[in-house]
Amino acid sequence: MSEALNDLGAHLESKRPDCVTGWEVAFGELTVTVTPEAIPGVVELLKTDPTCRFSTLIDITAVDYPGREKRFDMVYHFLSMYQNQRIRIRAEVREDEMVPSIIEIHPSSNWFEREVFDMFGIIFTGHPDLRRILTDYGFRGFPLRKDFPTTGYTEVRFDEVQKRVVYEPVKLVQEYRQFDFMSPWEGAQYVLPGDDKAGDAGAKG
Amino acid sequence: MDGTTINAKGFEDTKTGEQKIRNFNINFGPQHPAAHGVLRLVLELDGEIVERCDPHIGLLHRGTEKLMESRTYLQNLPYFDRLDYVAPMNQEHAWCLAIERLTGTEVPRRASLIRVLYSEIGRILSHLLNVTTQAMDVGALTPPLWGFEEREKLMVFYERACGARLHAAYFRPGGVHQDLPPELIDDIEAWSHEFPNVLDDIDGLLTENRIFKQRNADIGVVTEEEIQDWGFSGVMVRGSGLAWDLRRAQPYECYDEFEFQIPVGKNGDCYDRYLVRMAEMRESVKIIRQAIEKLRAEPGDILARGKVTPPTRSDMKTSMEALIHHFKLYTEGFHVPAGEVYAAVEAPKGEFGVYLVADGSNKPYRAKLRAPGYLHLQAMDHVASGHQLADVAAIIGTMDIVFGEVDR
Repeated sequence: MSEALNDLGAHLESKRPDCVTGWEVAFGELTVTVTPEAIPGVVELLKTDPTCRFSTLIDITAVDYPGREKRFDMVYHFLSMYQNQRIRIRAEVREDEMVPSIIEIHPSSNWFEREVFDMFGIIFTGHPDLRRILTDYGFRGFPLRKDFPTTGYTEVRFDEVQKRVVYEPVKLVQEYRQFDFMSPWEGAQYVLPGDDKAGDAGAKG
Repeated sequence: MDGTTINAKGFEDTKTGEQKIRNFNINFGPQHPAAHGVLRLVLELDGEIVERCDPHIGLLHRGTEKLMESRTYLQNLPYFDRLDYVAPMNQEHAWCLAIERLTGTEVPRRASLIRVLYSEIGRILSHLLNVTTQAMDVGALTPPLWGFEEREKLMVFYERACGARLHAAYFRPGGVHQDLPPELIDDIEAWSHEFPNVLDDIDGLLTENRIFKQRNADIGVVTEEEIQDWGFSGVMVRGSGLAWDLRRAQPYECYDEFEFQIPVGKNGDCYDRYLVRMAEMRESVKIIRQAIEKLRAEPGDILARGKVTPPTRSDMKTSMEALIHHFKLYTEGFHVPAGEVYAAVEAPKGEFGVYLVADGSNKPYRAKLRAPGYLHLQAMDHVASGHQLADVAAIIGTMDIVFGEVDR
């Protein structure tokens, strides 16, 4: 199985050396890294090339890495029902960069791209109907970005006086707590409450 | 129109005004019984013909993917029950497979068999609900009553295995939570001999029923090209004649050692999808019987004992290390090595997948849930256009939309 994937990766790289910046096989899955502007070309090739025939779009999503210069990873999954193979295409995208839509090649990318726009704020060029999809009408912000708080910014309730649903800033009785239970001996990056000597140890070590 | 306004044609009479008929927009849902949950369809109608169909989803959006990023791998497992709440364990399965692939955990054979057994029970649960409620959408009231009786029995099997009728949290990374008692296996077997009769009864009610046929045959036809364009999976593919089933094409767990057929339809319409679902239930019963036979011959542990699973109860009472391990497992959780993986299962509704990005900590960095219903509903505009308004209910029904998984 992985041999076939290796062949496929090499085949793609030889066909589009200018677009494909790298590929690897990990956990039995082939990941091909491309440049964002090359996505439609590569996807078209994957769909039409007789050795690939990745004609089913499985998924489009993004991953947010706020620390990176190119903040987002766009991730596409494709399936070939004819060759019985899967492939993952990945492209790094800056926050202010726009990604070309693949709706011309795969009509099913419509909602996936809307979802990525809704959740991450990545804009797709050539998408005919880039509305929000999962969040509320009139929602602001991009929830799946790492800097968006899990509690959100607004809460809704039905107001008896106005006889309608009103939006208000979130009021929490206590701070939203993130438990992580990381072992202080391996991996915890924070100072334990009451551990006054932690700073000294850090200065020494 | 009173005939006094000047129209574009430059002449006026009482009739020309009337002939300019605007298309009519209606809201189908969010509180329509045939919308299977909280679907709002904005339909543009020309008379009774659907011209445009714009599904507004997200009314059941709970931000599962966001919540998962701040919880440990084990704490995330119950969220999967709440996706497709009609067949909860099949979703858990995908999550467990993803974690097991990343951590390299081998599932014991008995646990693997139990997973197959309960995945098939889940498939029957889902298909029963779908077939019978779809029949209700097109006018038959008895099938849901008969089907839900069987669903109730199956949920009792769920309850006897894990303590919950729906939100099971039974499949765990590395195996299943608890072993099945022998009496339960006997009862499931007894049920598997009675159930085909119930299927025959439902068959007799629906398959040759004139109204049911008129409402479903030649409605919502899906071709092979449309399957590829719109990313369909599951019964939506098999109803059109493609024998694509992940259990056979990319076998996971121990499906490769089971004997079962993959039913396919011919015309790709709603009626064929109904037939495929009925046939799949019969195949699932076959798999259940084989799994029971294998389970009886295969005693043993049901969890791969190691870092990702708790120690046995008796170990915990005698060994200090086991107790510490248990405590750490349920507070800190286990760490999953960095990497990314896409694990998919053949859920009753189609390909349910999890794209998991791990960063080596005890929480997933990002998890994307790929729900089959999301793509099926997306094609609603394409499939329903040109059909009558009444067919919309039939099409939604056979697409098998459940909003837990569509909205996530």
